[in-house]
Amino acid sequence: MNPVTGGAFVLATVGKVILFFSVLMLAVMLATIFERKVCGFMQDRSGPNRVGPWGLLQVIADGLKNLLKEETMPAQAVRPFFLLAPVLGILPATILFAVIPFASPLPTQWGLVEMIVADVPIGFLYVLAIGSIGVYGVAMGGWASGSKYSLLGGLRGSAQMVSYEVALALSLVPLILLTGDVRAPEIVSMQQTFTAGPATYATWFMFPLLVGLFFFFVSGLAETNRLPFDLPEAEAELITGYHTEYSAMKFSMFMIGEFAHVITVAALVTVFFLGGWDIPFWQGDNIRVLSDGTVIGEPTWWKTLLTLGAFGVKTSLLVLVFVWIRWTLPRFRYDQLMDLGWKFMLEAVTVYILVIAFVILGIEAVGIPAGGWYAFVLFLVNLALAGVLFFAMDRGTLIRGGAKGAKPAGGDAGEGQGG
Amino acid sequence: MIQDFLFQAFAASAILGAVIMVTRRNPVSAVIFLVGVFFATSGMFLMLDAHFIAAINVILYGGAIMVLFLFVLMLLNLGHADWRDLRGPVGGLIGGSISIAFLGVLTRLFVGGTDSRPVVEIAGSALREAAAEQGVVGVVARPLFTEYTIVLEVTGVLLLVSIVGTILLARRERT
Repeated sequence: MNPVTGGAFVLATVGKVILFFSVLMLAVMLATIFERKVCGFMQDRSGPNRVGPWGLLQVIADGLKNLLKEETMPAQAVRPFFLLAPVLGILPATILFAVIPFASPLPTQWGLVEMIVADVPIGFLYVLAIGSIGVYGVAMGGWASGSKYSLLGGLRGSAQMVSYEVALALSLVPLILLTGDVRAPEIVSMQQTFTAGPATYATWFMFPLLVGLFFFFVSGLAETNRLPFDLPEAEAELITGYHTEYSAMKFSMFMIGEFAHVITVAALVTVFFLGGWDIPFWQGDNIRVLSDGTVIGEPTWWKTLLTLGAFGVKTSLLVLVFVWIRWTLPRFRYDQLMDLGWKFMLEAVTVYILVIAFVILGIEAVGIPAGGWYAFVLFLVNLALAGVLFFAMDRGTLIRGGAKGAKPAGGDAGEGQGG
Repeated sequence: MIQDFLFQAFAASAILGAVIMVTRRNPVSAVIFLVGVFFATSGMFLMLDAHFIAAINVILYGGAIMVLFLFVLMLLNLGHADWRDLRGPVGGLIGGSISIAFLGVLTRLFVGGTDSRPVVEIAGSALREAAAEQGVVGVVARPLFTEYTIVLEVTGVLLLVSIVGTILLARRERT
C-alpha cells in the first residue's frame, strides 16, 4: 500500500489538522483539571470537586466564565500589540504540534495516511524555529500593557527564554550525532530499530542520551515558564507578571498557550527520548515509510490505535512530572536562574556534546555495530557524566543561598546596571 | 500554481512590512514589523525549497537577534524617540543611489546575462538536485565544513572578539 497522494493527500492533511487541533485543545482542558487535581492531592486537599462528577466539569465552567466576563482595556495599553500578544502566546505551542508523529501510519482505502500533520524535511529545526518565537507573546504582552509589573515580567520572561533556548538547542545536538537525521519520524524509527541486523528490541534514546534528556527537560521547563522557572509571573513580586492587565478570554488564551506548551514539550521529549509511539517489547509496530514511498512493516488500524495509546500514556506521564516538579522544587532567585543558564548549563551541554562526539567516534573506530553494545557503552558514559553533573549541581556547590554567596541578592533584570 | 501564489503573497507582505517598518516612529513597532519581514522572507525561502535557510532565518533573526533588540528597547524605554534618520538632501541622495544600485543587482538576477536563463533559475535547479542527493541540511553543511572551513572558523573568531570586546566595554572599572 502506497502513501496517499494528490487530492486525497490534501483532504487527509486538512482532516489531520482539524482532528489534531481539537485533540490538543481537549488535552489542554484535561491538563488544567489534571493539574488542579494533582495539586490538590499533593497538598492534601480535594481540589475542584463541585461541578460535575469529581469536579471534572470545572474546566467547562471556567471556560464559560472567561467567555462571558467583561474584557478590560487598560488606558495606557498600546491597543494593537495588546490584542496581538495573547495570539502570539497561543500560536507557537499549537503549530509546533504539526511536526510531532502521533502513531503508526493508518491504512485507508485511498492509501496510507501518516499520523503526522507535516513531515517537514528540517524536522526538529522547525521545532527550534517555532519555539524561539514563543518569546514574543510574553515580551509583547508585558510591554503593551503599559504597566510596570507587566513590563518587568515581560523582560524577565524574554531574558529567561532566550537564555535557555541556547541550552535547549544544544541539548539536541547529541541526538543528531547519534541518528544522523533531523526528521521526527526517522528519529522514532531509529529508536525502534537501533541495530545493524533485524531488530529484536527497541533502544529508546533516554538510555544512551540520559544526560541529554535531562538538559532538554530542564530547558523545556524554563521555556514553558513553569516552576521552578516561573520568574516571569512570580506572584509574590510581580502580581502575575506579563498577563497582569489581561482579563477574561485574553487571559485564558495565555493560560491555554502555557498548557499547550507544556503538552508540546512533553510530546517532544516523548518523540526524541522515549521512543515516540513505540510500544516497548513488541516488534509489530516497527513501521516506517521511506521517502520514496516504500513501506516497511505491516500497518493496520488497530496498530495505529495502540501506538496512539502508547504515545498518549508517555506524554501524560511527562505532564504529571511537570506538575509534580511544580510542588516539589522552590522557585529560583533571578540571579540564580541566569547563573544556572549561562554559567552552568551552556558549558555543561557543550562539554557533553564533545564527550558524546568522541565516544561515538571511538565506538565506531573500535568497530562495534549499532545495537545493544553500542547503546550500552553510551549509557555507561552517560551514567558517569550524570553522577558528575548531579554532584556539581547539588545545592551548596552551584546554587548558594543569599547569605553565603558573595553577590547581593537583588539581581533583577531591571536593576542590572545598578547594584 | 498554489506555490507561486504563496510566494507572491510572502513577497508582497515582506515589502509591505519593510515599508511600514521604516515609516514607524515608535522603535518597538518598527522591531515588530521587522520580525514580520523576517517571517515573510522565511516563507519565500520555503517556497524556493530552501528549508534549512528558512529555519535558520527564523531561529537566528526572528527568535534571537530581534528578541534582543526588543529586549534592549523595552529595557531602555526608547518609546519616545522620534528622530528622522535621513536628514537633508545629501542623506536622501545617498540613500536613493544605494537603493537604485540594489535594484540594478536584482534586475540582473532576474533578467539574465551571458547565460540565456536568469540566475535564479540556474541556482534553483542546482539546489533542488543537490537537496535530493544530500538532504536539505547537507546542502548547506557540507560546503561549510569542507570547502569553507577556514572562512567559517575566522567568522567564529570574529564573533568571539566582538563578544569579548562588548564585555570589556560593559565591565565597570574596578578602582
